[in-house]
Amino acid sequence: MVKKGRIVAFFLIVLLLGGLIGTTVMGVTKDIKLGLDLQGGFEVLYEVEPAQEGQELSQDLLNSTVSALYKRINVLGVSEPRITIEGDDRIRVQLAGVKDQNQARELLSTQAELTFRTTDDEEKMSGADLKEGAAKVVFDNNQPVVQVTLKKPEQFANITREISQLPPPENRLVIWLDYEEGDSYKEEVTKPADEQKFISDPAVNEVLSQNTVIISGPPFQLEEAENLQDLLNAGSLPVKLDEIYSTSVGAQFGEQSLDKTVMAGFIGIGLIFLFMLFYYRLPGAIAVVTLSVYIYLILVVFNWMHAVLTLPGIAALILGVGMAVDANIITYERIKEELRSGKSVMSAFKAGGRRSFTTIFDANITTLIAAGVLFAYGTSSVKGFAVMLITSIVVSFLTAVWGSRILLGLWVKSRALNKKPGLFGVKESEIDEL
Amino acid sequence: MSSKVRDTKFDFVKHRNKFFAISLALIVLGGLAIAIFGLNLGIDFSSGSRVDLQSDSKLTTEEVSQEFDDLGFAPESVTLAGGGDMAVAAFKNELGKDEIAKIKDHFTELYGAEPNISTVSPDVAVDLAKNAFIALTIASVGIILYVAIRFEWLQGVAAIVALFHDAFFIIAVFSILQIEVNITFIAAVLTIVGYSINDTIVTFDRIRENMKFEKKVKTFEDVARVVNKSLVQTLARSINTVLTVVFAAAALTIFGGEAIRPFAIALLIGLVAGTYSSLFIASQLWAVWKGKQLKKKKFTPAESEV
Repeated sequence: MVKKGRIVAFFLIVLLLGGLIGTTVMGVTKDIKLGLDLQGGFEVLYEVEPAQEGQELSQDLLNSTVSALYKRINVLGVSEPRITIEGDDRIRVQLAGVKDQNQARELLSTQAELTFRTTDDEEKMSGADLKEGAAKVVFDNNQPVVQVTLKKPEQFANITREISQLPPPENRLVIWLDYEEGDSYKEEVTKPADEQKFISDPAVNEVLSQNTVIISGPPFQLEEAENLQDLLNAGSLPVKLDEIYSTSVGAQFGEQSLDKTVMAGFIGIGLIFLFMLFYYRLPGAIAVVTLSVYIYLILVVFNWMHAVLTLPGIAALILGVGMAVDANIITYERIKEELRSGKSVMSAFKAGGRRSFTTIFDANITTLIAAGVLFAYGTSSVKGFAVMLITSIVVSFLTAVWGSRILLGLWVKSRALNKKPGLFGVKESEIDEL
Repeated sequence: MSSKVRDTKFDFVKHRNKFFAISLALIVLGGLAIAIFGLNLGIDFSSGSRVDLQSDSKLTTEEVSQEFDDLGFAPESVTLAGGGDMAVAAFKNELGKDEIAKIKDHFTELYGAEPNISTVSPDVAVDLAKNAFIALTIASVGIILYVAIRFEWLQGVAAIVALFHDAFFIIAVFSILQIEVNITFIAAVLTIVGYSINDTIVTFDRIRENMKFEKKVKTFEDVARVVNKSLVQTLARSINTVLTVVFAAAALTIFGGEAIRPFAIALLIGLVAGTYSSLFIASQLWAVWKGKQLKKKKFTPAESEV
């Protein structure tokens, strides 16, 4: 007597899963965050150096550098910046999908320490004396200039008093962005205007006691003025950053890699499906259902973790598909063995399931150990690979072991398969007499 | 196929010395290849800069070199890729921020596609490889420990030998074919390591099971019989699994883009090597070691002359 209810339940579950995947998969894939190798963008590894002598590179200092960098990136409007501290003195910045890479690099590594100096390079005032977040672009005779607000106007009055008493041409207040030891105003001023390292050097003829200072620049373009405003508002970096590794991927390159990889992935998975259907028949069809669910779930979990999909990640995904297929194959081969030994479909299913479980479990755990260590000790892309691998192993274990078993169980328990080993790909002639 | 596989009378253990010899010969050849040809290290692992250009039209090396020359750069080498509409320029030195900006602007305007530019300083590259190696070593210890608890430690060691066998094999092939070794290569080696362990453990699992059913395992011959039986029993699974993953890797090699090709080729070679080592190396190694261990137990130390 065939229990039709279970077979109906099987088709209902498959239809439900198909409906769920069919209606939401587009939304899920759209939300996937692509790494810079798949959508273009750039990555820079900075070596951190103390900005002042005697300053120590503490974890706090690195953390505050990272938050200053985040503020600056917000200015760029990049949706998914990733900034990580590596080791004791390195910071990795990954910006995927950034439009103007050159501008982004400039904005990131500028220390943005504003200083006001005399013509003898003596520091009189620094960014610390400015009100935070109060820099703004204003227009002076239609010319964009940057206005900063002082914390203590009387300090500025003292400085301007001192400078205004000096004889020309020494009565100038020199404004520098990222003054470095060894820079000299007297040297710079002899160079052509567009090569000078300081921003501006207004002459001071009287005591100025207002609380705002205008930086008129070497006539700013509007964009330049806005960049300076953003940099000053985001705050200066407490350290110096040196690029020691960088990689950038053009948007077209990334897009092409993604399209081709996805296409190749579809072909590969299609071949796997065909093989499973051909070789394992009914269980093969169930494997196709659970593998589809596996791929869908991986994407959902990936979104949910806010992880970024990169080329190495796709590699791990493929390894995961391999392991999920393997779990199915191990189970089905085991069931076939049991069938050949003369067991009924029902008891072959039970024995096969039980015996294949430890195999799959141990194989998955050993791979998980490797993935876990790679996650803990690897950097950047090795870590990304490990995250994807760990996710894949867990999800593939759930779908390929648990999911396949439930679905196949519905068929077996319906008794529709009794005496039909052919549906498992076992020939009558192979079955031993008991 | 399955009925044939099942009836296979192939003796996997008897021919072990041939398999060991083949692997040893391949490893020696691979070692020689690495010593002679070296690896074609991408800048991820050496140092310097690399510029990848893409154009709407066909490029020539002369044309690209000329463009760099006009910009005031002298690339170490310029090679074409991707059927002629891509070019790769390598530089010995690290390009600075401003130089990168200049190159990007120029070629974006000229070819209509933004180039990829990477720079690496020597110590970063060394760190990356070192980290991966340390991670692999620690992972090996972890795996041996786990296998020692769940199986036995000799099997753990055999699994790790098979793992390094496979990893080394990929590196050797990359040296012989002079395929560029970049960051995705590391991902490929790691994928193979994962697959190799998975594959080996599945056969060891069957050996463990069959050992339980054996009434007496006292000599090497007993061990050999169990190993042979287990390998034959898991053969269909081993072949089918590697077939499915080879489908995926082959599809990536043929249809995946330039960026992923070295990875896909490494995967393809590694998968075959991984299956070979689990079928012909790992279990046989264990059988030999296990046989020696049994011999030692049998004789008292005074009698033991071997």
